[in-house]
Amino acid sequence: MRLALERRAERSVFIALLSPLLAIALTLATGAALFALLGKPPIEALRIYFFDPLTDPWALQEIAVKATPLVLIGVGLSLCYLANGWNIGAEGQFLIGAICGGWLAVKTHGTVAGFWVLPAMLVLGALGGALYALIPALFKVRFGASEILTSLMLVYVAELLLDYLVRGPWRDPKGFNFPTTAEFDAVAAMPTFIEGSRLHWGAIIALLVVAWATIMLGRTLRGFEIKLVGAAPRAARFAGFNDRTLIVVTFLISGALAGLAGIIEVSATVNHLQPNISPGYGFTAIIVAFLGRLHPVGILIASLFLAMTFIGGESAQIMMKVPLDLTKVFQGILLFYVLACDTLILYRFRLIFAPKVAHGVR
Amino acid sequence: MEFAEAILLTIITASTPLLLAASGELVVERAGVLNLGVEGMMIVGAACGFGGAYLTGSIAVGALCGILGGMALSAIFAFLTLGLAANQVASGLALTILGVGLAGLVGAGYVGQKIDGAAHLYIPYITDIPFLGRVLLGQNAFVYFSIALIIGIWFFLYRTRAGLVLRAVGDNHTSAHALGYPVLKIRLLAVLFGGACAGLGGAYLPLAYTPFWVSGMTSGRGWIALALVVFASWLPFRLMIGAYLFGGITILQLHAQAVGVGIPSQLMSSLPYLATIIVLVAISWMRGRAGSPAPASLGLAFVPDR
Repeated sequence: MRLALERRAERSVFIALLSPLLAIALTLATGAALFALLGKPPIEALRIYFFDPLTDPWALQEIAVKATPLVLIGVGLSLCYLANGWNIGAEGQFLIGAICGGWLAVKTHGTVAGFWVLPAMLVLGALGGALYALIPALFKVRFGASEILTSLMLVYVAELLLDYLVRGPWRDPKGFNFPTTAEFDAVAAMPTFIEGSRLHWGAIIALLVVAWATIMLGRTLRGFEIKLVGAAPRAARFAGFNDRTLIVVTFLISGALAGLAGIIEVSATVNHLQPNISPGYGFTAIIVAFLGRLHPVGILIASLFLAMTFIGGESAQIMMKVPLDLTKVFQGILLFYVLACDTLILYRFRLIFAPKVAHGVR
Repeated sequence: MEFAEAILLTIITASTPLLLAASGELVVERAGVLNLGVEGMMIVGAACGFGGAYLTGSIAVGALCGILGGMALSAIFAFLTLGLAANQVASGLALTILGVGLAGLVGAGYVGQKIDGAAHLYIPYITDIPFLGRVLLGQNAFVYFSIALIIGIWFFLYRTRAGLVLRAVGDNHTSAHALGYPVLKIRLLAVLFGGACAGLGGAYLPLAYTPFWVSGMTSGRGWIALALVVFASWLPFRLMIGAYLFGGITILQLHAQAVGVGIPSQLMSSLPYLATIIVLVAISWMRGRAGSPAPASLGLAFVPDR
């Protein structure tokens, strides 16, 4: 008797909707076991991680703040993944967006520049991210170099560039030698909804992007092209769609969105440039994209969930003295379960009772 | 002369973790599986390796712990991609995210601790021979093992029947399956071997390179190892050359930083990453339309029909 995979006649829509929930349930169960292993009470720990953030108004706001970059990056990545392009360097594009937008904030610091500074920063951030994503895309379509490796290598380069800028030419002369730029002026800061809250207009931009992507994917020729090239490359080629152009286009969009996320994050929450401005949003967004089934609305929901793990991880670190790395472990496990559950969309398990055909008989 | 000797010594020291991890991945990819989780397996190997050596005081036990850590992680990957036919690229990324987190958990207790690094070979009189003595006969056990490993892999792939079967599985899993070879079992063994090598390459860092644990101490070496396999066109000896070339770049930038040639240190530190990109582009460009020498079934899921 053995267990074998068998291809379904068509993909199961029911399981496609169920699989993310199943993955989350399995992650929680594994999480409980992990906490028990670390000698912490599992139920209480899970409550702090996954439930308490929902009951506290401050934490709810913070979830929206942390979900904003995840939504923006996740939507962009999903377009690449749908079209079979593997952009895994969103973290670098995020940083370059922050650098390009931040450049304007640094240059206009202390001048009488007007209200145009913030919009211009957003444009520069998106542009910077798009151009940075263009590098692996062009290397891919022009030379056939693996976009996975080149886009990832560029993350390290972006990190070092940011480090150089904030320690060198852009360092705040009045900053007591800390590696940061000067605080951004008021015209370079993303406004919040209510005075004193942290919820900012970037969240609205993220929602607009979700709406745009939903319409683009569902109602336009470009959206059809993206989905077709990914799902049936040969059919797409017969239809006259060019998969190389599409790699470039999806990388440009996803880089622009990651760059936009970077400059929004910096102008809204950090308010200056410093070496670590991201807790790994670019990598977490990969999980977001898959957990959200590469669908914009799904990505919105998945972002909220993963933002919650960031908040829960921080409070668990304070209240239960568990290492912050546990959040990364959870995120990794979650992606594993998502991928595992996705198997059930295309395949079903079947128990095979018949003995294997005997090979030895001649 | 002494300076050249020092540089050669450090190049070999810096190349060995790349060579170890990349040789494992070469076998994995030759079997048709693309495991992008090398970075994750390396960092877990580093954390487990340090833990083992710190607790027992033995470098050998540390190396074994690193191997087991890398293998354990690769087993998860195998379950997902071979057992459940999941997407290999995404699963490899998940492995790296998980590995970085797990290594942080394991290593949390060891921050700031120190161990005695691996001993270097010393044969009286012979190792003292100027220049070549120390380069050839004054290294630690990892270095000799990595060279033996690559020779062993070459012999296995090109001189044994099992190696031929493994290559067949990587080049055309449908035909290999039709011939009656157990495709998934062979791939499982290859993935576990790759995990062991990556774990050992990771363990090398705290056991022989810098004798302490720092979170994120692999700093992208796993990804560079992946690029090396492409650079080497999936050929064992070319992999060795590639690893020493990259070790050379790492050392060059360290020496240049030490001399302080007035170039920002961050630019120098980014050299290995930039070099990886340039090499990948150049090698893909030179191959041009001749087609890639990659195993033909690389990265494709295989589900046996009955």
